[in-house]
Amino acid sequence: MDRQFLIVSTICFFAAVVRTIVALRAGIFRPGQFNFLAIGLGFIFQTAFLSIRGHALGRCPLTNLFEVFIFVAWSVALIYMVVGPAYRLSLMGAFTAPLVVLLQGFALIAPIDIRHPVRLPANPWLEFHASISLVAYGAFALACIAGVMYLVQERQLKTHQLRSVFYHLPPLTDLFAAITRLLWWGFALYTLGLVSGFFVGQPLPYVQMVCASAVWLLYAAILQGRHLRRLAPKHVAALCIIGFTAALTLLWGITFTAQMPSPP
Amino acid sequence: MNLFCVGLSHHTANVETRERFAGHAETDCILRAAGCAEALLLTTCNRVEVYGASEERVSTDEIARCLVRKVDNKTEEYALAFYRYEDTRCVQHLFRVASGLDSMVVGESEILGQAKKAYESARASGAAGPCLHRLFQRAFHVAKQVRTHTDITRGSVSVGSVAVDLAQRIFGQLGNCKVLVLGAGETSERTARALVSRGVTDLRVSNRSSDRAEELARLVGGQAVRFDEWPSQCREIDILITSTSSETPLLTPENLSAMLRNRVDRPLFIIDIAVPRDVDPSVNEMEAVYLYDIDSLQSVAEQSLALRRQQIAAAEAIITEHVAAFGKSISHRLDCNAPPSTEDRALGETPLRTSES
Repeated sequence: MDRQFLIVSTICFFAAVVRTIVALRAGIFRPGQFNFLAIGLGFIFQTAFLSIRGHALGRCPLTNLFEVFIFVAWSVALIYMVVGPAYRLSLMGAFTAPLVVLLQGFALIAPIDIRHPVRLPANPWLEFHASISLVAYGAFALACIAGVMYLVQERQLKTHQLRSVFYHLPPLTDLFAAITRLLWWGFALYTLGLVSGFFVGQPLPYVQMVCASAVWLLYAAILQGRHLRRLAPKHVAALCIIGFTAALTLLWGITFTAQMPSPP
Repeated sequence: MNLFCVGLSHHTANVETRERFAGHAETDCILRAAGCAEALLLTTCNRVEVYGASEERVSTDEIARCLVRKVDNKTEEYALAFYRYEDTRCVQHLFRVASGLDSMVVGESEILGQAKKAYESARASGAAGPCLHRLFQRAFHVAKQVRTHTDITRGSVSVGSVAVDLAQRIFGQLGNCKVLVLGAGETSERTARALVSRGVTDLRVSNRSSDRAEELARLVGGQAVRFDEWPSQCREIDILITSTSSETPLLTPENLSAMLRNRVDRPLFIIDIAVPRDVDPSVNEMEAVYLYDIDSLQSVAEQSLALRRQQIAAAEAIITEHVAAFGKSISHRLDCNAPPSTEDRALGETPLRTSES
């Protein structure tokens, strides 16, 4: 039953992707209300899925790689719903929807929804630690998307080749302001998640600690470079893409190793 | 009632012919005397058109005679340039004209304002009755829909407006931007004025002749800067418009990188409209520097125009849909005097209010 909600949610996001592709082919690249509504509806179904799964588990649904991917996709949609209209970045939906479709599509197809044989005990600190860290991933994902938009816009301005999409993307300075805000939000949430990890009442695996610290250091370095004006906006945008790709890979690694049976 | 349009435009006649048939203030009254129940004259620099409704056919020659300013033996020869559209084709033509599809610069928006003005004028004089009222109300609605649902008006098609458009794509609001105009030529002045009209308040002008710099600064509401001070100004500004008569480039990557030290996160937009160019083209390779010379501005203008042309098919589809719906709504009620249905009202038609001043 819960997977059906997820399938419907993925179809909603996919509809937004199809709409964008059709608009691009017609040379009309405008956000419109359709994308926002499709993503909004997809978000509602995602929330329904997580709610049902959470009730069934009796805890925050972050017990396997499948749930982690869905939670990241949900965080991306959540932050888009908050940030998109606020920063006049509604076109971000056109870039957000494909990422969510990829995350959810992979989660649905890959055999990663492995239920734990025993019901895991609730641990509020552990659940807070995991969920807040994944919401931070949502902010990093949106920073990555804004980074892609920045590079697309910057490339067109540099090469003097302005396509239809150029007239619908936000100005460079607005995009860079959005990237900076998203990075700070993501970093603050991630730090909170990291710190809360010390209160879970059980030792965290060494590999997870190293990976989590590496992601934190990476984003700290980007923000420091930005703060000291050592990094040009273009480099910050590119690092947001590299950073999120690395963070997602590490997240996979962390969750994968967490699911591995412990050595005797 | 027969709807028709008779006219000439840049497609069929040169400016001399258009001048000859430019009509005059009382044309609509003359047309009514010639047998039209309703008439409206739309005159712009690119077209002279009469939209009318009549029970009996009014010949094109008759209308041409009403429009001609001075009758001479060449009038009949010129009259060959006139086109005539009736009923559905007249409706389609007006929808295309109002949407900017028939304009010399495809997608230009000035024509809609001119059509509205012509309609208001005809309505005020009583020359436009219920038929033309419904036709024009629908045309304004269609034009708005075409603008909203296609990219027909996107991008700028003149060098000055391209520069301003690009500045907005880089900086967003221009209110906080600092602009330096280097060389007080005519194109610089036009570009500076366009920037001021979009909100720029901090504008500095530097020229070899300080008198000219002060004069331009006064004209555009900026401040004059001594010519030997412009390099230091480059540290502060966001937009540089340059058009000096220097034979060698004033800005090279070497001297600009020294000027831009410690401003890595602030873009610099350079508009080089000088020939020969004031800025070395390799400056565009520098981080956060966007250089546009006269050729690249012209190229962007052409790209915008091409983009607009790509949108014609989408716009035509909207128009075709409306032409069919309008034709149907008129034929259902057989005459234009019937009040518009709820559906027609939703499509922009309103009952004619003759009591309005």
